[in-house]
Amino acid sequence: MFFKYTRDFEKPIEAIEKRIEELKLSSASGHDVRREEIEKLEQKAKRLIKDIYSSLTPWQITLVARHPSRPYTLDYVQEIFEDFVELHGDRLFKDDPAIVGGLARLDGRPVVVIGQQKGRNTKERCRRNYGMPHPEGYRKALRLMELAGRFNMPLVTLIDTPGAAPDIEAEERGQAEAIARNLLFMSRLEVPIVSAVIGEGGSGGALAIGVADRVMMFEYSIYSVISPEGCAAILWKDGTKADLAAKALRMSAFDLMRLGVIDRIVGEPLGGAHRDPKTAAMNLKSAILDSINELSAVPSGELLQQRYDKFRRMGVFNEPRR
Amino acid sequence: MIWFKKSLFSKKEDSTVRIPHGLWVKCNHCSEIIYKKEVERNLDVCPKCDYHFYISAWERVGIVLDEGSFKEHDGDLEPVDALEFKDLKRYKDRLRAAHREKSAPRALDAIVSGEGLINGQRVMIAVFEFSFMGGSMGSVVGEKITRIIERGLDKRCPVIIFTSSGGARMQEGILSLMQMAKTSAAIARLKEAGIPYITVLTDPTTGGVTASFAMLGDIIIAEPRALIGFAGPRVIQETIRQKLPEGFQRAEYLLEHGMIDMIVDRKMMKTTLARLISLLAG
Repeated sequence: MFFKYTRDFEKPIEAIEKRIEELKLSSASGHDVRREEIEKLEQKAKRLIKDIYSSLTPWQITLVARHPSRPYTLDYVQEIFEDFVELHGDRLFKDDPAIVGGLARLDGRPVVVIGQQKGRNTKERCRRNYGMPHPEGYRKALRLMELAGRFNMPLVTLIDTPGAAPDIEAEERGQAEAIARNLLFMSRLEVPIVSAVIGEGGSGGALAIGVADRVMMFEYSIYSVISPEGCAAILWKDGTKADLAAKALRMSAFDLMRLGVIDRIVGEPLGGAHRDPKTAAMNLKSAILDSINELSAVPSGELLQQRYDKFRRMGVFNEPRR
Repeated sequence: MIWFKKSLFSKKEDSTVRIPHGLWVKCNHCSEIIYKKEVERNLDVCPKCDYHFYISAWERVGIVLDEGSFKEHDGDLEPVDALEFKDLKRYKDRLRAAHREKSAPRALDAIVSGEGLINGQRVMIAVFEFSFMGGSMGSVVGEKITRIIERGLDKRCPVIIFTSSGGARMQEGILSLMQMAKTSAAIARLKEAGIPYITVLTDPTTGGVTASFAMLGDIIIAEPRALIGFAGPRVIQETIRQKLPEGFQRAEYLLEHGMIDMIVDRKMMKTTLARLISLLAG
């Protein structure tokens, strides 16, 4: 973990943990006095992290959701599934590395898994286009969803994208059509679908793999119609007002739960998923398993009706009684 | 040779021409100054260059449907500030201002929907009102579109949607985004039932509207030169920091790239829709 402390609010934690490291190194021989001091500091660090993370602002949550050390789709796939076989290409244009997917086993049971993938270093980030898929990425996802339907495998999608790629190539190859088609297809796919926002749920580019029977979010993830920067640039006419936009947009897991848009919040280890990726993965796994087991008991016709009703209800408006 | 060009070919700037207010209009495309009545007689299309001016949802209904056949549905659905959203202005105040706007008659949100006849054939129709908060899609727009589709399904009646929208409405946050899933799910049912669904994309159609029901038509029509895309040109320009190619994201560009079926002039819209519906329903 090279970038464990990149955010301002992590600095106090860094100071204490550095001190603990130092003490541990100097007391390799093991003096009792030192051990007590270390334990005391560790308690203090724990309290500090708890304090900081229990009062994060929406903008700070955004920064955790985008933390460069945060586990990405393939990290979770490795921890949660067995026998993962990655499949490539949309059979139309090319393979988009910003979306990964394939076959795998979840607790022994074959499933299809799809997710946006960000890169860890500069080279990877460019190759994965910062997790911003092109139309061919969504069309690859569609192909894998069809596979799930044909072979009756539950579908698990992991959402982590700033949004669909906004560039000339994406437009000329039909970004909008690719996203729209996925929304349409997912609403009628006759297998259980579980989606989890693991980091950033960026607008239509996220929803394009997120029309699911159960939608869950990690505690420090975000899901929004527009990025706080984009929103600030348009409504505040000032991109630096992103912190205000993050608050106004209500994009945290708790806000979405309250608005009835998601079904479950998956808890993160103390200080965020990046501080303990294994625990985060285990929490996510048990949440996904719960949902799939529950959904597998529902006959497919009923499943589709419930999925339709779930999204049908979304929205708030006023209708005067006649 | 700069002096030579200047002295012989410099034109008077447009801004120096005084135009009596309301009598003449300047075309947004060819910059011709045209007598307003002439433009109106031409269904708000520039007689010089065929530029399609903005028209309101109600004017559109008048052009497309048989006279007197339109019956509005869900006209009383009102937007709600569920997020208590506030940027420089409060969403509530923006809504209030939009409701006072004279250019959007009888529209409580950015869409007018209902049913009517096209050359005697019954259709369900929804038309975006761009002057209402940029035609943005929030809960009311999503709900009215979904209801129109469900009515089409119920009565086995073709559905037509005229789009004109900047995309999802930011002030309703994630609820706006979810309208994309809601409307698309309804269209999936319409398609399974084999009921014709036609979309007409007018200037401009972008964002979440394009990336859901707009691009899902059995037949997708566009008005000439309409801007159609997922990301807006400004966002793309800022992302790639390059000049965008001429005609990028215009209807003609989409036709060339295989994204739409045809470009239809406003004057031919009704005839074309009537023919398509009769072919599909026949």
